[in-house]
Amino acid sequence: MAESNEGHAEGLALDRRRFVGYVVAAPTLAVAARVVVADPASAAPIATPDGFAEFMDLGELQNLAAAPTANKITIRVNRDGTVSFALPRSENGQGIVTSTAMIIAEEMDIPVKRVKVTLADARPELIWNQLTGGSNTTRSTYTPIRTAAAVAKKRLREAAARELGVDEASLRTVDGAVVSDDGRSLDYGALTEAAAARETTAVEVELKPRAAFQVIGKGHKRTDAKAAVTGKKKYAMDLKVKGAKPTMVCRPPTINGKVRKVLNRAQVLEMPGVTHVVTISTGVAVRARTFGQCIDAVRALKVDWGPGPLDGLSDGDILAELKAAEVPLAVPPLLGKAVDGQFTFWFAGNSALETNCAIADVRADRAEIWGPLKVPIAAKTLIAQKLKLPEKAVKVHVIPGGGSFGRKLFHDAAMEAAEASQKMGKPVKLMWHRADDVRQGRVHPMSTGRVRAIVLGNQVTSFEQRHTSVATDFSHGFGEIITAFAGSLPVGDLGFSQTIFALSQSVHYNFGVTTQLLNEVDGRFNTGAMRNIYSPNTAQAREVMVDKIAATMKKDPYAFRREFVRTPQSRAVLDKVATVGKWGRAMPAGMGQGLAIHNEYGAFTACLVEIDCRPKTVGRKVRDAVTGPRVTKVVIAVDIGLPINPAGLRAQMLSGAMDGIAMTLTSSLHLRNGYFLEASWDNYAYTRQWNTPPTFQAIIMPATSDVPGGAGELAVAPVAAAVATAYARATGTMPTHFPINHKNPLHFKPKPTVPPVPQSPVNGLDLAR
Amino acid sequence: MPKHTFTVNGEKVTVKAEDSVRLLWVLRDILGITGPKYGCGINVCKACTSHINGKAFNPCAVPVGQIKPGDEITTIEGLAKNGRLHPMQQAWIDHDVAQCGYCQPGQIMAAVALVKRVRKEGRPIRNADLDAIRNICRCGTYDRIRDAIKDGAKRMS
Repeated sequence: MAESNEGHAEGLALDRRRFVGYVVAAPTLAVAARVVVADPASAAPIATPDGFAEFMDLGELQNLAAAPTANKITIRVNRDGTVSFALPRSENGQGIVTSTAMIIAEEMDIPVKRVKVTLADARPELIWNQLTGGSNTTRSTYTPIRTAAAVAKKRLREAAARELGVDEASLRTVDGAVVSDDGRSLDYGALTEAAAARETTAVEVELKPRAAFQVIGKGHKRTDAKAAVTGKKKYAMDLKVKGAKPTMVCRPPTINGKVRKVLNRAQVLEMPGVTHVVTISTGVAVRARTFGQCIDAVRALKVDWGPGPLDGLSDGDILAELKAAEVPLAVPPLLGKAVDGQFTFWFAGNSALETNCAIADVRADRAEIWGPLKVPIAAKTLIAQKLKLPEKAVKVHVIPGGGSFGRKLFHDAAMEAAEASQKMGKPVKLMWHRADDVRQGRVHPMSTGRVRAIVLGNQVTSFEQRHTSVATDFSHGFGEIITAFAGSLPVGDLGFSQTIFALSQSVHYNFGVTTQLLNEVDGRFNTGAMRNIYSPNTAQAREVMVDKIAATMKKDPYAFRREFVRTPQSRAVLDKVATVGKWGRAMPAGMGQGLAIHNEYGAFTACLVEIDCRPKTVGRKVRDAVTGPRVTKVVIAVDIGLPINPAGLRAQMLSGAMDGIAMTLTSSLHLRNGYFLEASWDNYAYTRQWNTPPTFQAIIMPATSDVPGGAGELAVAPVAAAVATAYARATGTMPTHFPINHKNPLHFKPKPTVPPVPQSPVNGLDLAR
Repeated sequence: MPKHTFTVNGEKVTVKAEDSVRLLWVLRDILGITGPKYGCGINVCKACTSHINGKAFNPCAVPVGQIKPGDEITTIEGLAKNGRLHPMQQAWIDHDVAQCGYCQPGQIMAAVALVKRVRKEGRPIRNADLDAIRNICRCGTYDRIRDAIKDGAKRMS
C-alpha cells in the first residue's frame, strides 16, 4: 500500500533515508536542513483514471514551495541540555507544536520535554515556507526537521567521541546524552560547544528507520496542556505591551459599507475611558481604557454610512446568480440511465472562539505587530506598504491563536491595528466584537453543486460534478504559491481557485469518465478558505449521489462502495468502519446509518454515522438553540500514511467531526438585504454539547507509508457527508441543501445593525448557579 | 471615579472604575487577570465563566458596581490551591482535553460548579447535565470534556 504514496515530492535524496543538512556557524550547536526535491513533472505518470489531485495534491505543491528554504530553519542545542526550535507555522490548536517536538525528540534521542518549540516571527527569507494551511505543516516540515535533528545528533556524537577518545561507532544516544560502551555519559548540553561549527558546512546524514521509532506513533499529550488548564497560556489579547490600550472598530450596517462622516466624534471622545476616535479603512476605531468602554463608544457613535457593494441582496439573489453561472453537464443521458442531483450549500462561518485580533505599536520609523497569523510574511509586507515603512522596519510576532479554521490566513485585524496605531500615534490592542466577526468577517462562500452519473447495467460510465461558488479569496499565501510555481502545476493555466479545487478533489470511485469542475462568481464578499475548503460540500453531494446510484442498481451502500472505490486504502478504512460501526444493524424507524469515504492531504478516511431523526428527538427543546436530528454515533477510520501523534490525530478527527455535523445539520449564515442576520454564537448554530454524538470512535490505521499525511481538516468532509447519507436513509428524503435546517424559521431574533454591536447584559449575577 | 473593593483569587483588591464597566474588563484590562476569555460579550459563549462565592457566573454580564466588598471572585488562575492543581484541572490534563485551549478555563470553571451543584442536589451527573452545558468549544473537544468532567467529579471529594 505504500506504493501509492511514492508521488510525494517530500524530499527525495541520496537514497530513501539519506539527506543533507548543515551545521551552522554558531557558538553552540545549530543545525539546518536542505531538502533535495524531485521534479514533480517527472515524478509519476498520469494514469488515465487519476485526477489532478492524485498526480499532485495541494499539499505537494506546498511541500514544493517550502523545500528551497528548508535550510533556513534552525534547531539549536542549548547549554542547559534543551533543544530549541522556532517553528515557522502558526499553532491554533492543531497540535503542531507537540508533534514537532516529538519529531525532533525521536530523531535526536532526547525526551520530548527537553525540546522547546516556539513559533517563529515573520521571516521573509522563508518566502513560501511560513504558511499554515492546507493541513500541510507536518507534511512539509517532517523531513527537513528530521534532517536537521539528525545532523545535530551526528555532531554531538562526533564531539563526544573526541571528548571520550573512543570510536564514534561505539557510542549510543539515550535520553539526551551520548553514552559509551564503558558506561560514560555526556549530556547534549555539555557537548554543544564542542559540537558547534565555526563555518557553515554541509553534512550528510541517515535518518532513523521507521522500525526504530519510539516516540513517533505513540500518543503524546499536548505540551501546553498545563498552561491551558491553569489560564497561563497567553493569547494575543492577554499580552502586556506597554501603552497598548483596548481598541474596537465601529463597523457599517451592511457588508463592506464605508464611512462617509462621523457625526459625533467630540461627544464620544468625552465618554469615560475613551482616548481616541479615528476613521480607518474599515470603520471608526475607538481606543479606551477597557474593551467595555470601547463597546460603549462604538454604540454611541453616530456615523453617516455609505452603502456596501451587496446592499439589498439576500440569499435568493446570490443563489440565482450561482445558478446562472453553472457550467453545463456535458454527457447526454443517451446510453444508460442518468442519475442527477442538484445541491445548494449556504454561506457558513469559520468563526474561531478568539475573534480577529492583534496588537500594533507603530512609531514614525518602525512598527511591531503581535497576532495569531498564519501567513505572517504577507502580513509584514502588506502592513509595511500600508504604513509606508520599509519592510524590515516592521516586526511581526506570531502568537498562539484561539482557533482558526482558516480565518487567520488573513491578517485583517493586524492591518486594522497597524492603521489605527499609526493614526492615533499610540499602541493599540485591537479586537473584533463577536458581532463584527460574524457579520463583517470572512465566510465560507455559498455554492451550488450539480452531479450527473450515467448508469449502464452494473457500471457507472461517467460521473460529472460541477461546483459553482461565490469566489473564495486566496489572494495572500496560497495565491502567491500558485503564481510562483505555475510552471510545475499539472493543471495548466487556471485561476487560483480552480487550481486549488483541482489539487484538492481526488477521484474516489471507478465511475468511468469523471470530471470535477469549479466555476466562481461574485468577488464582493469577504471570503476565505474555511476548514477543508470545497471538500465538505463536494463530499456531501458526491456521497449522497453514491447512495442514489447504489439504489438505482439495487445495491447496499456499503457493498456498492466496496465494489467501486478506487484504492485499497479506501476499501480498508471502509471495511473498518463498517465492521466496528456494525453496518446494517437493525434500527428503529426514524433512525439510520450512513457511510462516506474521503481522500485528501495524502490520507484516506471512511466514516459511519448513525442519526436519530425521530420526532421526539428532533423536537427536543433547549433554550435559544437549534436541536433537530441528533447524530448518535460517529465511527471514523483514518489511514494517514504515517501517524506522528495518534492522540493529536484522534483529537483532530473529533474536531473535524463537530464541524462536519454542523455543516450538514445546523450551521449557516442567512444573507438578508446586504448583511448576515447572525451576530453571535446562539445565532450561529455551530455544534454544541446538546448536538454532540454520545458515541465517537476514531480508528487510526497502522502506518502504510514513511511520510505523514495532513490531519487538520481531514475529518470535516467525510463526517459531513456521512451525516448527510445517514439523514437521507433515516428520513427517506434526499437532502438537496446544506445545512438541512437553513430554510426553517429562524431560531433567533436578529440583532440590530445600528449600533453594530450589542450591549453586554447586566443580569449575570441573577444567573449565577 | 468610584472605587470597588472585593476579593479575587484570595486577594483583596481595590480598583477605580465606572460602575457600569463589566467585571470581565475590570479583571482583564485593569487587573491583568486574563484567564477568563472574551468570546461574545453577551453571556452566550461562556468563555469567561468564573466563580462568584462558589457559583459559576459570567463576568461579561456583571457591572462592577454590583460587586459587593464581601464577594469572592475566583477565576481559573485561583482554582489551583497551594501549588496543587484542582482535581478537575488534573482530569483535563489526563484526558488531554484542550486543543487551542481558549475556551478551556471557562469549561473547567463551569464543570467544577456543575459538580458542586449536582452534589448539593444529592445526585450524580447525568448525560442531560452534560448536554445542557452551554460553553462553546469551537475546536469541538466536547467528547473529551464530558469524559474529563465525569472523571474529575469522582476525584473531587
